[in-house]
Amino acid sequence: MKRFAALFAALDQTTSTKAKTAALAAYFADAPEADRLWCIALLSGRRPRRMITTTKLREWAAERAGIPLWLFEACYPVVGDLSETIALVLPEPTRETDLPLATWIARLRALDKAEEETRKSAILDAWDSLAPTERFVFNKLLTGGWRMGVSQKLMTRALAQATGIDEAELTHRLMGDWTPDTATWASLIEVPDPTADLSRPYPFYLAYQIDAEPETLGPVTDWLAERKWDGIRGQLILRGGEHWLWSRGEELITDRFPELAQLRDFLPPGTVMDGEVLAWDSAAATPLSFAQLQPRIGRKTVPKKLLTEAPVILMAYDLLEWGGTDWRARPLSERRAQLEAALADLPDDLPLRVSPRVAARDWPGLAKARAQSRDLGAEGLMLKRRAAPYLAGRKKGDWWKWKVDPLTINAVMIYAQAGSGRRATLYTDFTFAVWDGNQLVPFTKAYSGLTDAEFNEITRWVRKNTTDRFGPVRAVRPEHVFEIAFEGIQKSTRHKSGVALRFPRMARWRRDKPLAEANTLDDLKAMLARYG
Amino acid sequence: MVLEFTEAGIYCPAADIHIDPWRPVPRALITHGHSDHARPGHGAYLSTSGSAPVIRHRLGDIRLQTIEYGEERRIGGARISFHPAGHVPGSAQIRVEVGGEVWVVSGDYKTVDDGLSTPFEPVRCHTFISESTFGLPIYSWTPQDVLARELNTWWAETAASGRHAVLGVYALGKAQRILRLLDPSNGPILTHGAVEATTAVLRAQGLDLPETIQITPETDLKSLSGAMVLAPPSALGSAWMRRLGPVSTGFASGWMRLRGVRRRRAADRGFVVSDHADWDGLNSAIAATGAERVYVTHGYTAQFSRWLAEQGYQAGIVETEFGGESLDAEDSETEGATP
Ligand SMILES: [Zn+2]
Ligand SMILES: [Zn+2]
Repeated sequence: MKRFAALFAALDQTTSTKAKTAALAAYFADAPEADRLWCIALLSGRRPRRMITTTKLREWAAERAGIPLWLFEACYPVVGDLSETIALVLPEPTRETDLPLATWIARLRALDKAEEETRKSAILDAWDSLAPTERFVFNKLLTGGWRMGVSQKLMTRALAQATGIDEAELTHRLMGDWTPDTATWASLIEVPDPTADLSRPYPFYLAYQIDAEPETLGPVTDWLAERKWDGIRGQLILRGGEHWLWSRGEELITDRFPELAQLRDFLPPGTVMDGEVLAWDSAAATPLSFAQLQPRIGRKTVPKKLLTEAPVILMAYDLLEWGGTDWRARPLSERRAQLEAALADLPDDLPLRVSPRVAARDWPGLAKARAQSRDLGAEGLMLKRRAAPYLAGRKKGDWWKWKVDPLTINAVMIYAQAGSGRRATLYTDFTFAVWDGNQLVPFTKAYSGLTDAEFNEITRWVRKNTTDRFGPVRAVRPEHVFEIAFEGIQKSTRHKSGVALRFPRMARWRRDKPLAEANTLDDLKAMLARYG
Repeated sequence: MVLEFTEAGIYCPAADIHIDPWRPVPRALITHGHSDHARPGHGAYLSTSGSAPVIRHRLGDIRLQTIEYGEERRIGGARISFHPAGHVPGSAQIRVEVGGEVWVVSGDYKTVDDGLSTPFEPVRCHTFISESTFGLPIYSWTPQDVLARELNTWWAETAASGRHAVLGVYALGKAQRILRLLDPSNGPILTHGAVEATTAVLRAQGLDLPETIQITPETDLKSLSGAMVLAPPSALGSAWMRRLGPVSTGFASGWMRLRGVRRRRAADRGFVVSDHADWDGLNSAIAATGAERVYVTHGYTAQFSRWLAEQGYQAGIVETEFGGESLDAEDSETEGATP
């Protein structure tokens, strides 16, 4: 654990990507094999299941620290992280041990079936024998909230450095359904058996939001335009008579969308498609709102009622594998043509369509088509270079999101709350309100979009202008108007205002706007009627 | 009451005098030279002789009398004395006795010996007015010897990689305490003007501090490779830093105990060191006073006073204008210390 905790400290101590990569590469080169595998698992979101409730951990930590539970709870919002709070309140360890990471994880998992007393003594014993950083890391394992400030991409790069294996190849090897129990270093990293895991997806290619005028991309004929759909990005794999659906977050979501199973009967094995899962109104041939898709995302099994209320389709836009061959290196034009050909003769009522091409002779023509996006239930356009291969991860150049401009509304800040983690000492989470007559009605929260300097400034202001406190939340004097940008608006029964926004953020601090000129509830309702 | 809490600050009616007042008053007792405690505009000041040079340096031409630690003075109906607070050189707790009842105002204090300030001495009293800047059990400081090792290792590694190590420290107290921990065999020690000015004042009053070189527009930074640079926290990340070339940055502060703060400050290193008492320090200091009643001033006052009440003290909160919550407390200590 000392070696792993030292890695954690090294990663945590630096903001330099180069230094982080070097620290990880060194770890991959010399840590015990089982530990390396767990490190990869943890950094790619494959955490051990949480064995102990955080309620118990809080109680035990407070007890060991000799403080009442309320005092522990008072520390938590200051620290902003449970694992760290526990590590900080505990007394210094009385013993020293240095067991490998994998051993600690095995010990934790062995507690799964144990009685509470056994669990408690095991955890207290562990706390007592781990140095502060090790303790923090151990608590992260316990609570399952694992983030080390290292992206999977950076981890893969370090692994490539340590092993000499190509990075894109490694990205692919690390995908899929493996765990440190089912894989070994050799089978996963060194000599993977391609047939071992039929469910293994390809890394998703991710687009950037376009940051210049589209004219700068060159001739419009080099580009293929499609709608940017507002659903769940999914990769559908048909291999060996079975099928799998992967989300962009590398989660297997096959069972949530059982209607896609029938596609096995219509498409040959050895087919992999990239597309968007959408709740679909087949009568109107348009997507249902994201709000209608939402209930289907959270649940592992789907009740009949939901299947008829919100049937889904896969809106396919790319073909990654065909006839069992990896097609990613071929140009988009070729992949796309094959996708259209493969789907051309399928029955109309299958839950699968090709995302239509949006044609235009020139850029202004495309801009016109883009402007219609919101009315068609899309977020804008996707621009994809016809000659480009299907790359892995987020790469600039060949795929661009060209979203419609967000909706905006000017709102008054009325509540503030401190952020968590890195932002625990700043007020960053705000509640905003619009006018209803001379009343301010809260309608959304937002916590991003300002610069660090602005957050610092507003934090000082909040401290001086608090009118009331409710636990960690402060009511502040209504004084500041912010422009809130958002991607969509929906009816909501959970909110007093009757609306819920998608992706709200603070677009601008409107210091120029007097309080009275903030928008009204009627303005919001008008937006709901138009775009909801 | 021996002491009262007024708009202008802590007031002793028997002596008709204020302690660390934040509004101008005729006569003020000053615990130490930080800007949230020693403010301009009072008619007359009384401080320890160890605090006086910094207070004069910062407040200019004021009417200031001095007193030694432990020396007793009668002012009106009160007996007043100053006792070491261990916070910064010259810092004091102020003991006020009226008709046999004893109150002590802690000012800012810490219980560990920093090797520079006269160490904290507990003073028995009936009522203790304590700061609680770090009054939560998450705060516990790195032992001084470990701290010295961490600092010097970082400096040596940074120097070996051909960079300067730039450490953000408060100009009064923290900077000089760190100076004493540094191993000059690692390289030269450079200072920002704000740090140098305060250091010069303390040096002049006889404190033994290693040699420092103030960075001026004329300083040839190229010839001084692998230096340790001490600067106020606000200088880190400012335009002033650019001329130093490649650097590794660090902060030395109690807030560095929190990972969230370390990350927000985006420095390469955080060193957990404070001139305020940590949780154990606060609790042991309060226990050692034997006080029945404790008022807490700045910091986590609500949480800390509730804790004290549960420990059997009569505990209360006093709203003051000392420091502020979270990072502002130490930030404010730099402002006044920067000429
Ligand atoms: Zn102070
Ligand atoms: Zn203070």
